[in-house]
Amino acid sequence: MIGQLTKGERQLALVILIFLGLVGLAMAAGGRHDPLGAHGALVIVCALAGLMAVIAAYFDPEPDPERLDRYYDDPSKIGIVIAMIWVVVGLFVGDWVAWLLVNPDLTFDAGWASFGRLRPVHTTSVIFGFGGNALIATSFYVMQRTSRARLPDQLSPLFVLFGYNVFCLLAVSGYLIGVTQSKEYAEPEWYADIWLVIVWVTYLVLYLRTLARRKEPHIYVANWYYLAFIVVVAMLHIVNNLAVPVSLGHAKSYSLFAGVQDAMTEWWYGHNAVAFFLTAGFLGMMYYYLPVRAGRPIFSYRLSIISFWGITFFYMWAGSHHLHYTALPQWVQTLGMTFSLMLLVPSWASATNALLTLNGAWHKVRDDATLRFMMVAAVFYGLTTFEGSFMAIRPVNSLSHYTDWTIGHVHAGALGWVAMITFGSIYASVPWLWKRESMYSPRLVEAHFWLALTGTIVYVMAMWNSGIVQGLMWRTYDDSGTLAYSFLDTVIAMHPYYIARAVGGLLFLIGALIGCYNIWMTIRGVPSAAPRVATDTAAESPVAVPAGAAAFRSGE
Amino acid sequence: MSVEERDPHTGYLTTGHEWNGIKELNTPVPRAVYFFLIATALFSLGYWILMPAWPFGSGYTKGVLGIDQRQIVSQSIVEAARDRATWTTRIQQASFADIQADPALMMVVRETGPRLFGDNCAACHGADARGNKGFPNLTTNSWLWGGSPEAIAETIRVGINSAHPDSRVSQMLAFGRDGMLQRPDIENVVAYVRSLSHADLATDKTVADRIAAGNTVFANNCASCHGPDGKGDPSVGAPNLTDAFWIYGGDEQTVFDTVWGGRQGHMPTWEDRLSEVDRKILTLYLVDQRMAQ
Ligand code: HEC
Ligand code: HEC
Ligand code: HEM
Repeated sequence: MIGQLTKGERQLALVILIFLGLVGLAMAAGGRHDPLGAHGALVIVCALAGLMAVIAAYFDPEPDPERLDRYYDDPSKIGIVIAMIWVVVGLFVGDWVAWLLVNPDLTFDAGWASFGRLRPVHTTSVIFGFGGNALIATSFYVMQRTSRARLPDQLSPLFVLFGYNVFCLLAVSGYLIGVTQSKEYAEPEWYADIWLVIVWVTYLVLYLRTLARRKEPHIYVANWYYLAFIVVVAMLHIVNNLAVPVSLGHAKSYSLFAGVQDAMTEWWYGHNAVAFFLTAGFLGMMYYYLPVRAGRPIFSYRLSIISFWGITFFYMWAGSHHLHYTALPQWVQTLGMTFSLMLLVPSWASATNALLTLNGAWHKVRDDATLRFMMVAAVFYGLTTFEGSFMAIRPVNSLSHYTDWTIGHVHAGALGWVAMITFGSIYASVPWLWKRESMYSPRLVEAHFWLALTGTIVYVMAMWNSGIVQGLMWRTYDDSGTLAYSFLDTVIAMHPYYIARAVGGLLFLIGALIGCYNIWMTIRGVPSAAPRVATDTAAESPVAVPAGAAAFRSGE
Repeated sequence: MSVEERDPHTGYLTTGHEWNGIKELNTPVPRAVYFFLIATALFSLGYWILMPAWPFGSGYTKGVLGIDQRQIVSQSIVEAARDRATWTTRIQQASFADIQADPALMMVVRETGPRLFGDNCAACHGADARGNKGFPNLTTNSWLWGGSPEAIAETIRVGINSAHPDSRVSQMLAFGRDGMLQRPDIENVVAYVRSLSHADLATDKTVADRIAAGNTVFANNCASCHGPDGKGDPSVGAPNLTDAFWIYGGDEQTVFDTVWGGRQGHMPTWEDRLSEVDRKILTLYLVDQRMAQ
């Protein structure tokens, strides 16, 4: 990894790491009476680990100049491995909190093991740890290939990748020791937020530099989605996290916003995080891996344009559907609801575009679990967006809001769409990246697929039932005109569904563990007898012009 | 580069671009997409006209229906209160005895009582009101502060050792920790207290001696609150020690802990949190449950 850096880059890396170590030192000293001190120590450890890695390889020979004729894939490889580590951590903690809801006494009386601290560990690990690393890894892969340009330098991709993971570590470890801003999906405190801004701007600049070097006349649609993801997440992150720390020696900060403005800013952020992190980025992934794996052209270029601008424009207005029937003025809710309804059209257009791209390749969907992961992801994407637009309708939301229905919706999106498209893309790219004929075991991919699908369905069905039962119980009145059930009654009614959900989550986790094993064996190069399914054409070099009709190779 | 091709499967032309093997068809946007875009946009337009929708300056368009969610809420609260007024006013005005004599009102008590109890009291007293360690069983005849509806209603209103100015105040002293009694005396009085509800304890000779010694300790130290016969005193909230019901537990170790370290339970005041009608319903619900036993 370090061997790929030029001498100058190695020196720059040392400078950055020493600077990072000094920042950690300042945090540790200034925050010695505060959790900030612990995070200072964590930063120092990260910087030292980086320093050791760079110094150990510092005198290795410079990378050979021929590398410039090849794509730079080390960051993608590392990113995929890290993403798989995060997904196991995140799913494990997720299933743990699921069992906590079944049996609330499983906390061993320890503060760190309480539901309120473990839940954000789960959400951050899966969304930012797994999703984020997968997005960064695949975006590097995709932008190079669709631009036919190598990444402009060797250091900044590694800085983005490792810097991002330092942020994730700060976030997750912080929750366990009680550091949080109490803003959902934006829990990390000010110092971690500032660090992420630095990393993210580097990421944006890196992406733009690569695009500027492209040898293709046009920018492929996957890149628009990745770019929208990077640009908008930067904007959301900065605005929602505007805050004033108590002092430079304290982890705690206070938001610039208060009351209903705070709620609106948070859900403008929250919903667009769904839109541009969990949707746009993964649509970018889909627009590359699905057509390549299927060996089919994108069904409609025009549809992808309409969907892109529709999604980008409509999503921005929709956040207030998270605050229906609250202190938020009603006109804001009206806008949130109506734009959510219009949003359904470009969302379904994207899902349709993906599914119709598979026309002519359905036999592959049948035989190839990797492609089937992507197909099912597109179906769940359509399902989730339909459900989302439905739930955004005020009277529907009055039933669904605060119930497990929302959780069911989220996981149709998160397990069915985000995780499935990612697993599909990872299974597609691992053999390409490590130059293997195929995955170590296609049968294990198949097993993973069925576990993931069953797990998702069990989970989502359980939460739909539980949510609707819960919502109805909360609003049932008896003859005297008072509520028919106490809150406790509704909690007791949830119990069987919570068990079902935890079992579904366990299936999904087992699937991911099988995936890790399979990926590991593929990376180690353990041979397998499986036939080759599809390769990424000319995937190694920006110089070789891709062969003309390669994408139609499998056309009928 | 830009060479259009015809896709053999769909028959559509490609756009002529290619990225690492990926091509795009130039398929026209399906009609349905335009249709639904226009349909949802028209729906939104109509909705904006009817409902509060767009901001301008310091105001916003109010919508021709003149609907306002705050008004709707206040209105439905008024309406719900009016619907319930048929029985709430009667419960508010009637005495406990009159309500108990009125089957229609007792129906209401039995219907709404469990919910009020479940939402406010079950966390401490248990969903079935049978108590938990430290939180008394409310289905027995053994009351700390008296079991008449008036006494129970007052306990609920002001609480016990709560922040309410009229709160009921009680304390079981820490005889051991505060050095008022020596360990052997405490062990004896514990044996005596337990013998009040376990007559069979006295059959053992050594225990019988301790009980006898404990009797004196009790008369000198405990009777002032718990009464000479240990049957409790509702004027100071001291529990009856002769029955089978325990707040903290009747095993030897727990009784010892109680006498050694003292106790002071906290029951919140509900005056500001529940209406008088709700508190009356809860009171009658408890009385009713006890009578059902
Ligand atoms: C925070 C816990 C808590 C909650 C909630 C609570 N209680 Fe209590 N309650 C107590 C404790 C503790 C005692 C006993 C105090 C003592 O030990 O002196 C008590 C005592 C009582 C008593 C007196 C029993 C007696 O023997 O005289 C009544 C009546 C009562 N509670 C009713 C209620 C009702 C009705 C509610 C719901 C509106 C309620 N409690 C909610 C903790 C609670
Ligand atoms: C100042 C009045 C007072 C005196 C004196 C007093 N007690 Fe108590 N005792 C109480 C009160 C009040 C409670 C209820 C405490 C609570 O529930 O929080 C209580 C509770 C108890 C309990 C727990 C009952 C249960 O249900 O768990 C025991 C046992 C007990 N006392 C024994 C004694 C003994 C033995 C003595 C004498 C050594 C004694 N008390 C002296 C007021 C007193
Ligand atoms: C058309 C697209 C979508 C719309 C209109 C939409 C709408 C909604 C609505 C109305 C809620 C419930 C808000 C509440 O009552 O609290 C919600 C919650 C949520 N949705 Fe969606 N959704 C869409 C797509 C998605 C997708 C694709 C994902 C995931 C990949 C997703 C993830 C979430 C999450 C994480 C929440 C929970 C927020 C919370 O923590 O409360 N949504 N969405």
